[in-house]
Amino acid sequence: MELFKKTATELSSMLKAKEISAVELTNDILARTEAVESKVQGYVTLTADAARKQAEAVDAKRSAGDELSDLAGIPVAIKDNICTKGTLTTCASKMLYNFNPPYNATVMEKLAAHDIVMTGKANMDEFAMGSSCENSGMHPTHNPHNLNKVPGGSSGGSAAVVAAGEVPLSLGSDTGGSIRQPASFCGVVGLKPTYGAVSRYGLIAFASSLDQIGPFGRCVEDTAMLFDAITAHDPKHDSTSVKTPFEGTTRANLNADMKGKKIGLPKEYFGEGISEEVRKSVLAAAETYKSLGAEVFEISLPLSEYALPIYYILSSAEASSNLARFDGVKYGYRTPNADEDLIALYTKSRSEGFGEEVQRRIMLGTYVLSSGYYDAYYKKARAAQRKIKAEFASAFEKCDAILTPVAPTTAYEIGSKTTNPLEMYAGDICTVSVNIAGLPAMVQPCGFDSNKMPIGMQLIGPRFGEQTLLNAGYAFEKATGLKNIIAEL
Amino acid sequence: MKYEAVIGLEVHAELSTESKIYCSCSAKFGADINTHTCPVCTGMPGALPVLNKQVVHYAAKMGLATGCTVNRLCKADRKNYFYPDLPKAYQISQFDIPICENGEVFFYVDGEKKSCRLERIHFEEDAGKLLHDEIDGTVVDFNRCGVPLIEMVTKPDLHSSAEAKEFLEMIKTTLSYLDICDCKMEEGSIRCDVNVSIRPEGSTEFGTRVEMKNINTFSGAVRAIDYEVARQIEVVENGGTIQQETRRWDDVKLKNTVMRTKEDAQDYRYFPDPDLIAVEIDDEWYKQIESEIPELPISRYERYLNEYGMTAMESRQLMDSYAKATLLDTAAASGKVKPKAAANWILSDISKYLNDKELELENTKMTAEKLVDLICLIDAGTISGAAGKKVLIQLFETDETAEQIVERLGLKQVSDEGAILEIVKDVIAKNEKAVADFKAGKNVTGFLVGQCMKASKGQGNPQIINKLIAQELAKL
Repeated sequence: MELFKKTATELSSMLKAKEISAVELTNDILARTEAVESKVQGYVTLTADAARKQAEAVDAKRSAGDELSDLAGIPVAIKDNICTKGTLTTCASKMLYNFNPPYNATVMEKLAAHDIVMTGKANMDEFAMGSSCENSGMHPTHNPHNLNKVPGGSSGGSAAVVAAGEVPLSLGSDTGGSIRQPASFCGVVGLKPTYGAVSRYGLIAFASSLDQIGPFGRCVEDTAMLFDAITAHDPKHDSTSVKTPFEGTTRANLNADMKGKKIGLPKEYFGEGISEEVRKSVLAAAETYKSLGAEVFEISLPLSEYALPIYYILSSAEASSNLARFDGVKYGYRTPNADEDLIALYTKSRSEGFGEEVQRRIMLGTYVLSSGYYDAYYKKARAAQRKIKAEFASAFEKCDAILTPVAPTTAYEIGSKTTNPLEMYAGDICTVSVNIAGLPAMVQPCGFDSNKMPIGMQLIGPRFGEQTLLNAGYAFEKATGLKNIIAEL
Repeated sequence: MKYEAVIGLEVHAELSTESKIYCSCSAKFGADINTHTCPVCTGMPGALPVLNKQVVHYAAKMGLATGCTVNRLCKADRKNYFYPDLPKAYQISQFDIPICENGEVFFYVDGEKKSCRLERIHFEEDAGKLLHDEIDGTVVDFNRCGVPLIEMVTKPDLHSSAEAKEFLEMIKTTLSYLDICDCKMEEGSIRCDVNVSIRPEGSTEFGTRVEMKNINTFSGAVRAIDYEVARQIEVVENGGTIQQETRRWDDVKLKNTVMRTKEDAQDYRYFPDPDLIAVEIDDEWYKQIESEIPELPISRYERYLNEYGMTAMESRQLMDSYAKATLLDTAAASGKVKPKAAANWILSDISKYLNDKELELENTKMTAEKLVDLICLIDAGTISGAAGKKVLIQLFETDETAEQIVERLGLKQVSDEGAILEIVKDVIAKNEKAVADFKAGKNVTGFLVGQCMKASKGQGNPQIINKLIAQELAKL
């Protein structure tokens, strides 16, 4: 029946109308996974048996006449840094290879209340540090559109399994672009919500002040549906969680009317370093918006050039503290080689358990927080962060959304950048400022390059501007038909 | 050469909140190992802290009671270090902006009023406990992890172990007045680190200071300070120099040893905890906290000493117990009894009863109103002092008023002279030997009063009996 090719929105209607059962859907999805997963390798852990059981339970509820969510019975993959009680949550790290969380992340509780079917835990760069999924301590994930290329990162697994038709929806997390850049590389929709809109409770922290969980889908409506399910004020578990004005209502309020909407094109995001194909494709999208009645004009965000160093200082600083708890004492990897003393247990467990990139960031972060360097790095970065926030705020006085490229290029060859971390970091240039400013941003496909690799565009909104972004994305989809792109495999 | 000791203290007090500082686990002491735990206080990956605002309330209360300025915007910072009892490898504390700053604590040492300035009070989470003897190896008990603490840091204003002890006692008494700490030393509710340096007497410069840790009792603090001051004097007298270092006090061996030197001082890499947002104490909240500050212990002490005419020791004993001092103040406020009379009852019979029964005043049925009634009954001669003691016991244990108890036990004193005279005459008539002794010049008054009391079943007014015996004997 090839149910895997359908969007979550379509599947939801079919399930409601009892044209298909959740078990049929799950089996179809799992069959597709079986056929292509050995090529894509998007999962760290597949939970096929549990998924079938969940699907049976949903079907039972439906036949009993229970009032069910639109998401009931829809398969969803979960990034492997989101705690799932009873299912391994490894952060794609040797350090947590055996970690079985004793509790569920708030988003998992939310999804359970919506009766979703979890298919498995998606691969990622270790502890969400990386932009290609090559830093996974388990295995790399391959871009379903070209298996020799990276799917992007860090939520590369979450994006790849959606693009490959292994699942219609997934959750990722975004600290500096980790949802948006893989969405762009894999040709799917990815939403990085306003900081605080989705509870971080149970998301294994990389950089607490920047991390945000968000949804992937193959179309805007699917993405909105999953976003609605996970958005909730969570004051009992997450102090940084906030009450949003749109909680749970974005899908119902989707509106493709772009007339009079103001879209800014920040010139700094289209300059040197951005490939010609990417630039052209995003500028073409701007033309599409014009044709839909939007006002499109150039703006300037001159402080954006500082975003990258600010990001690497703040995120590494927080990571060095957040990852200090992985010491081999209570859970996770413990070195078998430390019989000397406690310090040896710590240092060997950490040296053997963490990958190179994670160790690099821990050292970087430890350095910028050290006494004597704190003021020059961490404190200065915080001050600069406030300026970037202010710059965005004043930009949003003039426009409803900002349109930019997502990454300088489309997906690159596996192994082509792994020897040069700085080059890898530079790939985050278009996405990190959004996290620094705590803003929402959405990525969706806007075209293909000459190698048939997807090109994504990024729409950045003001704080709580999710509805605006989803509407603009919805309008673009309708105008161009660029949605539900499933890689040929 | 004579030396002066310069001492500063860092006092940790566990706050007696129901739940822990960043999760809803119970903060109570003494549960089975690792039963008061959850993903938050065991530092599970992904778990996040949410501040218990009661902690802010209690910390600000201590600040206001010690004359501090309270910072209305409370932020939290991470203090990073590795230790097995610290599951996140950082402690959530406060660094550059503590909740309270610039206070001063007053206390008496040998009748002389002294003060010690407080540099700051901040709140933080306690660490777990390592248990080395429970099994083969070491067990980490996370029950204490996340129990709220306040840390009070003094200026180096103290100059002897006696001053340090009185300061600590005053901190403890203040905590108990504010009802924000159990003050159970044996459970580690209050702990302190001591900073000690010495300098030639008369000098205003500071010497190199040594920090001492692992001090668990106030008397231990006295011993540790005395030891360290003597050690430093000896080092200097022998031509040595004091090293800036942290030393560990051993209260069994009565000596300290080097824990770490200045070179391996830790860099805690403090930075604002991104998992927490600043909490503001707004005007309404601030006023609420202010309204909960009772009269402070030192003020009560001085009032008892100067206005009630009590001795220093009596005043101190009353001050030390918030409940007893409040009983006294409430009784005195009735205007029906002399404060001194109420104080005597509290310090003698009431204290004795509580000690014997191992009870706290607030766990008995005693009230100031009952105590006032009792004293009034004695003052009016309705009952004797001896009967009053019997009534007192009943006041602790029943809901009856003093009058009802007197009635029930038939303790009303007979003060009718005619009736007492009958008894006196009868007793004299029946005790020929006593009369003979009296005539032989012996003092038999006590014996006869006792006989009269017995004959009156204890209800005869002893003053009147005394007077009438004297009068009747004189007639012989």
